[in-house]
Amino acid sequence: MTVHAPSRPAASRDGDRPPGRPPLILVLPALAGLAFLVLPLAGLLVRAPWSTLGTRLVRPEVLDALRLSLLTATIATVLCVLFGVPLAWTLARVRFPGVRLVRALVTVPLVLPPVVGGVALLLAAGRRGIVGGPLESAFGITLPFTTAGVVLAQAFVAMPFLVISVEGALRAADLRYEEAAATLGASRWTTFRRVTLPLVAPGVAAGAVLCWARALGEFGATITFAGNFPGETQTMPLAVYLALETDPQAAIVLSLVLLAVSVVVLAALRNRWTGAS
Amino acid sequence: MFKRIAAAAALLAALAGCGEVDGASGDGGGETLTVFAAASLTETFTELGKTFEESHPGTDVRFGFAGSSTLAQQITQGAPADVFASASPATMKTVTDAGDAAGEPRVFTTNRLVIAVPKDDPGGVRSVRDLAGEDLRVVVCAEQVPCGAAAAKALAAAGVTVEPVSKEKDVKAVLTKVRLGEADAGLVYRTDAKAAGGDVTGIEFAAAAEAVNDYPIVRVADAPRPGLAKEFIDLVTGPRGRAVLGAAGFRAP
Repeated sequence: MTVHAPSRPAASRDGDRPPGRPPLILVLPALAGLAFLVLPLAGLLVRAPWSTLGTRLVRPEVLDALRLSLLTATIATVLCVLFGVPLAWTLARVRFPGVRLVRALVTVPLVLPPVVGGVALLLAAGRRGIVGGPLESAFGITLPFTTAGVVLAQAFVAMPFLVISVEGALRAADLRYEEAAATLGASRWTTFRRVTLPLVAPGVAAGAVLCWARALGEFGATITFAGNFPGETQTMPLAVYLALETDPQAAIVLSLVLLAVSVVVLAALRNRWTGAS
Repeated sequence: MFKRIAAAAALLAALAGCGEVDGASGDGGGETLTVFAAASLTETFTELGKTFEESHPGTDVRFGFAGSSTLAQQITQGAPADVFASASPATMKTVTDAGDAAGEPRVFTTNRLVIAVPKDDPGGVRSVRDLAGEDLRVVVCAEQVPCGAAAAKALAAAGVTVEPVSKEKDVKAVLTKVRLGEADAGLVYRTDAKAAGGDVTGIEFAAAAEAVNDYPIVRVADAPRPGLAKEFIDLVTGPRGRAVLGAAGFRAP
């Protein structure tokens, strides 16, 4: 397996960089910073049990965890797009009192330790939670210890990435197109659908990819809220954690898979969207 | 510009300061003893740590409480611990096998599993047989950690097949799920059920005797404070340690 780092030659695209040699006082700390970020990943690659990689990867429990991770992260991302895009639009386009507070609240999961997010989810959506209690007594639906609970935990931590990305795109978009559509008689919904959404589509796509990658890596909220059961709630990061307890080699292999997926996703993201801006 | 440099310098100084506190040096000539202990020892060792600090003025006892297997991995990866107290000989073995233990580990106490149920007992659990119930939400530790290995052994000895809804990463996580009422029952150490006070009820079961956990303690090779480490182990294995552990529900080895 080869992994391509998301780097590109300095002069390939950016013709607008100033000429001259970069000063050493900037280059040295830059290299140190780069090494700090890359060395742990190199450690993973160096210590990986390459000879047994293939057989370890096709173990049923590994495939189970991978399948579950891909499925839940994808559903979580779809949910985040469905609810996050309207939320981002509201934050960017609607004036209402307390908009700053709402914006701050939306980004809280970004800085909240995921395990705290998991506790909060338990207290809200657990069977004795403010939402979960009524949900169970009325419909018999319980979320902890279910795959749906995994999706919920992932969506909770990943949605801010989407909202921030889409809101940024909305703010950067030229309002005159929307105003022109409005003067031509389009309703706000039509304007959103036919003008705004196509304008910010790259932002939505970039946000969705980030959101997916974050959901894929979610650990703390998942194990706290959804628990850990193979095939039901044990995603890849949870499998990595428990493999590390007894079989570090297996944990390295699982980590490599997650690393590869993340790098591929981010590299694609960089070339397709953010690199173009 | 100068402001920025000053700010950066302050930040660096703060970071350097953090590093020092985190390291073994401590402040003002005092010494820091680092003890890695199984999550189930949280309450008792915290108390013993206070006793130790009182009898060793200027010394700080710093604890790392987590699943024994996590701690064992951290020690074999070079974590700067002085003492390691594990919830099972098997986990201790990974440390001794790696050559990271100074001398022979000593078993200082034992623990056994009980069935923990929430105070209001929504599942109506009376015995280990009830755990096989269809609609009962049972939570256990993952087999990779000592409490999970013990749970599997005890359930096998009881001849009960249980379909848990989750296999948690350590015993405290199981207890939390029971405490919050998310699980109808969980297998935890009797000391954990006791530590949860009135939140959970612990139900003893005979088959738990087949899976008694021995807790070994050892000084870590290359311990930054070998002298203090030895004294702490003496405290734990001595009369004071036995009294504190006994009060929490541990039994003598």
